[in-house]
Amino acid sequence: MTDFRETPAQTAGPYVHIGLTPWAAGFTAFEHELGRDIAGPNAAGERITITGRVLDGDSAPMTDVLIEVWQANAAGHYPGTGDVEEGFQGWGRVVPDFATGVFSFDTVKPGPVGQMAPHITLWLVARGINLGLHTRLYFADEDAANARDSVLAQITDPGSRQTLMAQPEGAHYRFDIIVQGENETVFFDV
Amino acid sequence: MTDSRSFAPRSRDWHPPDLSEGYKSSTARAPKAPLLRLDPTLSETSGPTFGHSDLGSLDHDLLRNYAHGGAPIGERIILHGKVLDGDGRPVPHTLVEIWQANAGGRYRHKNDSYLAPLDPNFGGCGRTLTDGGGGYRFFTIKPGAYPWPNWQPSWRPAHIHVSVFGRSFAERLITQLYFEGDPLIATCPIVNTLSDPQAITRLTAQLDMDEARDFDHLAYRFDIVLRGRGASVFEGHDGAPG
Ligand SMILES: [Fe+2]
Repeated sequence: MTDFRETPAQTAGPYVHIGLTPWAAGFTAFEHELGRDIAGPNAAGERITITGRVLDGDSAPMTDVLIEVWQANAAGHYPGTGDVEEGFQGWGRVVPDFATGVFSFDTVKPGPVGQMAPHITLWLVARGINLGLHTRLYFADEDAANARDSVLAQITDPGSRQTLMAQPEGAHYRFDIIVQGENETVFFDV
Repeated sequence: MTDSRSFAPRSRDWHPPDLSEGYKSSTARAPKAPLLRLDPTLSETSGPTFGHSDLGSLDHDLLRNYAHGGAPIGERIILHGKVLDGDGRPVPHTLVEIWQANAGGRYRHKNDSYLAPLDPNFGGCGRTLTDGGGGYRFFTIKPGAYPWPNWQPSWRPAHIHVSVFGRSFAERLITQLYFEGDPLIATCPIVNTLSDPQAITRLTAQLDMDEARDFDHLAYRFDIVLRGRGASVFEGHDGAPG
């Protein structure tokens, strides 16, 4: 093989769960399911739950979406490049309820990563998404850190910046992702 | 291992664009605004890693990992290849996951109601870590074509979905492989989200009789290339070598 251009992407399709989260597809083939516990039992920091929906251009919930999560621990360290607690994966897979499209996941609130405000990287795949979409979840209650964040600073429109802010709502953070249309979430060409 | 060179942006003349008119589902699921260029930070140049303790001994063997007293129906194949980086170097110990329909074109998924039957001995998912030389190998059956609703009723060519991690979250990739010689490839609206014929060729697994086993299975080869890194991060900013 001599052509080292990246293998081209294709949509994950509506049945992505078979491969990546068989438990959600309705069966068990593997002894260990990957990506079900992001923070593990030993992680320090604030335990949080993030809830939301992913909406398409018709404001319909994307019930077949799969979201991958990647985040630092409360000290701002990633597995592989820094010290993390035993069992801290920093990575997980989130699948909404197939009927309602509501997703929910438990983790710890990440710390600032270098000069960047606390954030969670999200990667969305689904039927109709031809190449996985990268976005970030920031926390609306981190005003000072958000104001200094170099990635947020690139988003000049305040309304667009707001699409990346998870809003505290009681014991949860609320984070809806609008893939297309009014208040469309900012996606990154990473 | 770290690499200070930054990822070059992905080319949407090579990858499919978000909006592809021929593929109906993309029309309401493609962002309208252009993606915002983000020079990868530590959050994108780091990524999860996996070890052998995460996997079971039959995870790569779809002929056996859902066997309920028998073997799956279908044409027995091995699917193998290498995972390489943009410089052509092997990517060892990275997670490769696959999923597919059974020989009749039916998925074992609670949302698939196609009239072809489920196979009691076939789950349709597999995963493995690449070896030290970037090689991977699955035992499975060749999936069947299946019908699906697009702008008009369409057929998917036989295909296997493939997910790869690489060394960082920026490299995360999901694609599909097709089978050499399948006449449905040319007619498929999802295949045709790719505008470059060479891109379609790159997704076509090649029959590999060298790896076939007499009286047992055929073999197909599919190599995967992850994102390359371009010039050093620092060169573009101040001209100093990085
Ligand atoms: Fe499929």
